Amino acid sequence: MYLYDQYDQAMVDARVEEFRDQARRRLEGKLTEDQFKPLRLMNGLYLQLHAYMLRVAIPYGTLNSRQMHALADIADKYDRGYGHFTTRQNIQYNWIKLEDAADILADLAKVEMHAIQTSGNCIRNISSDHFAGAAADEVTDPRPYAELLRQWSSFHPEFSYLPRKFKIAVIASDHDRAAMRLHDIGIQIVERDGELGAKFYVGGGMGRTPMIAPCIREFVPLDQMVTYAEACLRVYNRQGRRDNKYKARIKILVHEMGAEEYAAAVEKEYEKLTEHPLDRVLEELERVRTFFEDPLFEQNAPETIDRSDPDFALWVDRNTVAHKAPGYVSAVISLKPVGGIPGDATSEQMRLMADLAKDYSFDELRVMHTQNIVLPHVRMADLHALWTALDEAGLGSPNLDTVEDIIACPGLDYCSLANARSIPVAQKISQRFAASGKTEALGQLKLKISGCINACGHHHAGHVGILGVDRKGVENYQLLLGGSEAEDVSLAKITGPGFDEEGIVDAVETAADVYLRERQDGERFLDTYRRIGMNPFKEALYG
Amino acid sequence: MRILTGNDLKTGFVTWWTGSDWSLHVEDAVDVTGKEDEIASREEAARRVNVPYAIDAELHEGSPRPAHIKDRVRALGPTVRQDLTLKPADPDIGNWVI
Repeated sequence: MYLYDQYDQAMVDARVEEFRDQARRRLEGKLTEDQFKPLRLMNGLYLQLHAYMLRVAIPYGTLNSRQMHALADIADKYDRGYGHFTTRQNIQYNWIKLEDAADILADLAKVEMHAIQTSGNCIRNISSDHFAGAAADEVTDPRPYAELLRQWSSFHPEFSYLPRKFKIAVIASDHDRAAMRLHDIGIQIVERDGELGAKFYVGGGMGRTPMIAPCIREFVPLDQMVTYAEACLRVYNRQGRRDNKYKARIKILVHEMGAEEYAAAVEKEYEKLTEHPLDRVLEELERVRTFFEDPLFEQNAPETIDRSDPDFALWVDRNTVAHKAPGYVSAVISLKPVGGIPGDATSEQMRLMADLAKDYSFDELRVMHTQNIVLPHVRMADLHALWTALDEAGLGSPNLDTVEDIIACPGLDYCSLANARSIPVAQKISQRFAASGKTEALGQLKLKISGCINACGHHHAGHVGILGVDRKGVENYQLLLGGSEAEDVSLAKITGPGFDEEGIVDAVETAADVYLRERQDGERFLDTYRRIGMNPFKEALYG
Repeated sequence: MRILTGNDLKTGFVTWWTGSDWSLHVEDAVDVTGKEDEIASREEAARRVNVPYAIDAELHEGSPRPAHIKDRVRALGPTVRQDLTLKPADPDIGNWVI
């Protein structure tokens, strides 16, 4: 994985000291909250429902065991012994004191981490495929390209005050595991006539106005990828709306201009930019690539797994994914125990995952946007030992992509923007389905819950989505069906009137029962919904 | 009634105006109807509170109970982690929030 050079470290260290001074001045009353707020947000420090919240960037979701240990130590030393892994592959701490914030950033800097650009109207953490570098189906590892974009976008003076926040995802396979087309810019590294290039999708997003990004260019040569991204941002920075924050995201600009007109404006800007090309892009890309070379996979690693333990066999079937190297798999550690809080991990669990990564996965971990953790390179021969250790720590839930593997935002339990609680609904649904025994029969069913229209829980992209709303001071939940964040991307539609907390759990089970009744051979929930449409579900839900 | 709330500047913890100071416990809050802005400005200027604002509340068994669920969650802590709330041992506290 990428290691800081002297410039990276110097920049991060300098930012820590800058923030230390800003926080000191705030505590001494030399800065008002209005003056301090944009400064703390630039360092990922929010003021949330119960306390300050710190969001730490995990670039493209990749971290090593030393970094995971540091995250655990921060949870113990400065927070309440746990952290929350987010839908943008980051981690959040919910109980941070302002007087500790600079020390936390200093601790992060020691392990090459920071919280820069995890808030504000700038380019946020670049996200990517959590199986990058391991997936059997990728044309190349997308992370060097994500890293190149991270370097370009960090402290970019022109893009520090965009009309609104800006999110970029990079993938390198036809199978989209990063919700790429629901980002402001989605980049797919593709191969054409033996040459790699970048396919650009621009103007996607969730939030109050969900949109799927259209493709605006099929192929950008790799040495021009950053320049083309810069052109995309320039057009947005110049023409995006600043008069209304709800219409300020690039998706609104692309929608209002039309994809073709926007693309033409980008091409014009791109042409201008290429007159003064960036220096040594390919050279830097080659340097970055060296950090992402394959680990030394064991040749002829055994490809058999002893499946005599049925619990282990179930976990293998559900939570491991094909790897490009024979004898290896990627193993998913579920942070979704039945009745648990999606994405939360205790400091002890973080340390265990870190140690297991060191023992079994070449010292690498990944954070998934679905709020689970991946050990990307695990020998099949080590799987039983790995699973045993995970299971003993409550991390062995065999539920990847099932109805129990629920994405849920922090909701009204933690978030000052939320209108309704998400976590209790997720807990009740996972308990309901675990008790009913239907999880296995339902197969892949992606359920995503947001506590408000901002859609941090990706409800628009759920096969089943739930949106919490405030109805005259009472929590109410809308049910949506038919979304997908994958390569078959689609936006979910609302079924009808909302439900109370108990009612929404019943409603999800009712929708699941319609699927079980109507499905044809091999169909997932989403396939059946797409074939039969909304009406059978509506009839079952509303009579 | 109207009660005044904000966050402690140093810790960020939710606090409530008691008439003379700030408390972590909403049951200590007093009615500030008509004096919200004056107290909020004075206390914020003195850095005894961060971003104070007034909310509606009603008396419930003799103590203020915020009118909106969001403020009740603020007053107690996350409903999904009772161990982290201000009333970790009260089995009925969930009913107060919901």
